[in-house]
Amino acid sequence: MGLVRVTRDDKGGQAMLAILMIVAVVVPLLNLAVPASSPWHVSTYTVTLLGKYLTYALLAVAVDLVWGYLGILSLGHAAFFGLGGYAMGMYLMRQIGDRGVYGHPVLPDFMVFLNWQELPWFWHGFDLFWFAALMAILVPGALAFVFGYLAFRSRVTGVYLSIMTQALTYALMLAFFRNEMGFGGNNGLTDFKDMLGFDLTSDATRVGLFLASALALALGYLACRFIVTSRLGRVAVAIRDAEARTRFLGYRVDRVKLALFTFSAMLAGVAGALYVPQVGIINPGELSPLNSIELVIWVAVGGRATLYGAVIGAILVNYGKTYFTGAFPEAWLFALGALFVVVTLFLPRGIAGVVGMLRTWRRPRSSNGSQPEARG
Amino acid sequence: MKAVGQLRESMRKDRQWSFMYSLLDVELDLSLGVILYLEGVSVSFDGFKAIDNLSFYVNAGELRCVIGPNGAGKTTMMDIITGKTRPDTGSAYFGRTIDLLRLSEPEIAALGIGRKFQKPTVFEHHSVFENLELAMAGDKRVFPTLFARLTGEQRDRIHEVLGIIGLQGQTQRAAGALSHGQKQWLEIGMLLMQDPHLLLVDEPVAGMTHQEMDRTAELLLSLEGRHSVVVVEHDMDFVRSIAKRVTVLHQGSVLAEGSMDEVQNDPRVVEVYLGE
Repeated sequence: MGLVRVTRDDKGGQAMLAILMIVAVVVPLLNLAVPASSPWHVSTYTVTLLGKYLTYALLAVAVDLVWGYLGILSLGHAAFFGLGGYAMGMYLMRQIGDRGVYGHPVLPDFMVFLNWQELPWFWHGFDLFWFAALMAILVPGALAFVFGYLAFRSRVTGVYLSIMTQALTYALMLAFFRNEMGFGGNNGLTDFKDMLGFDLTSDATRVGLFLASALALALGYLACRFIVTSRLGRVAVAIRDAEARTRFLGYRVDRVKLALFTFSAMLAGVAGALYVPQVGIINPGELSPLNSIELVIWVAVGGRATLYGAVIGAILVNYGKTYFTGAFPEAWLFALGALFVVVTLFLPRGIAGVVGMLRTWRRPRSSNGSQPEARG
Repeated sequence: MKAVGQLRESMRKDRQWSFMYSLLDVELDLSLGVILYLEGVSVSFDGFKAIDNLSFYVNAGELRCVIGPNGAGKTTMMDIITGKTRPDTGSAYFGRTIDLLRLSEPEIAALGIGRKFQKPTVFEHHSVFENLELAMAGDKRVFPTLFARLTGEQRDRIHEVLGIIGLQGQTQRAAGALSHGQKQWLEIGMLLMQDPHLLLVDEPVAGMTHQEMDRTAELLLSLEGRHSVVVVEHDMDFVRSIAKRVTVLHQGSVLAEGSMDEVQNDPRVVEVYLGE
């Protein structure tokens, strides 16, 4: 019952999920079954790159849920992504064991370097995968819950809320830069060896992480669709369009916001946890406000309040970033800026909006689209 | 005498031990056939008496029109009933037992007093049907809303209201694409979805065409009997077309009350309106 309701009337999402499924089958085959000499071979580097894009796409879906459907322009989602990443990074650090440079059986290298004698209390339990995985979801969720509880109860909205979320991620970044925090300071956590006993450098592990990212994206997408197609989703859009009116109808606006914001932060945490083993490092740079802003651009480029648009935007912009930073390293930021200006001026509904426009253009007498137009 | 009155007040059965039960659990008592009592209400803003010793009663199931020149206190009166403004003196009861002055705005709304504001606010990106669905009375907490599904009964209720407001043909249209008049009707429909006992309607026909006005008159008349309705309106032709009883407010108190003809021939009313 659920799946039918969730995917019905979502042509873009169906296409996106179909492509995702094909990619998830074809890419691993081309990587593992085709010999490296063949022109059809997909390199492990590419597999990991695609896996990274998929985690970004999941992060963008999480942002679109609160921005596109609820009207909360969060400039702090990098914080939730980063916290999920740090939780996974802590697990990977503990897995290194005595294979570190200093060969200490328990303490990670940076702690030995800082002359610490024992593991800080918050590092306990992270040698267990299930614990780390749980924390990758719960810690971002808890932060979002506390932050959201205070902000939404005081009815902070609009640009003020955006500034506060940005301050949140900035403060967190500064805190993580400090060595005394116990998260590796400036250098962050890196030099990972294996995960669940699988060697992180092997092709099969890379493919496994890629598949896990694809699965997480598909499930996260469907979960968000479930929310936005429910009555709660319609209440969210009502809050976005006329908050006072929704409150007047008897809905607890602050609770709706809190629930969706927390859920979105948890999704971002999952994305971060899948991101870290693929890129092999997590450092405070991931928490920088700039990242949060970039990620809002992905969603804007893809098209707000469509969810699948966020996936398209995240993958396209990041592909562009990979290409430009390789081909014209100096031009990347200009390209990003130009992209944002062009999208804001000419494509207010992003790439997904262009698809919708083409469709109505071809069938001018079709009924009005059910896609709500988002507001910033 | 004052002490006796206070003692009597403190011993009232329905008020005593009020901390033991929620005010919202009190049944609406219509045994005298009156749904709204405003008695001796006064309110002033910075020394200006917006409402001056106003007494106003509405019978259950009645359609009442309130007219009066600008600044007569019509909107302030609505604000007092819905809990937006607190009067300096006087009392406001909903039915015989429910003291409106002790309740907050959302509590009053939950009791069944619905208000339509002058400017229509509907959810523009939602369809007409979804607007009514969102307005429906029911459990509005987060998780029940996430898993809420429409029952056949609720669907029937929405279609019934669609019939009352005359938007059956527009069910799937985005509310933002409706005409001004249709938005006003949709908003009245949204009020009806909350099953209110008392409807306060502020200037329903402002900016409407004549056909739309006639439809609105039909709509409000069809509510009479099932809901009590108070309409505040400037347009005299419109008031004449729907009103059985009219209350004229002037400088914050009731100047005249009666049928449209009685009121129009009242010399004091003529003076107030012509003297402007």
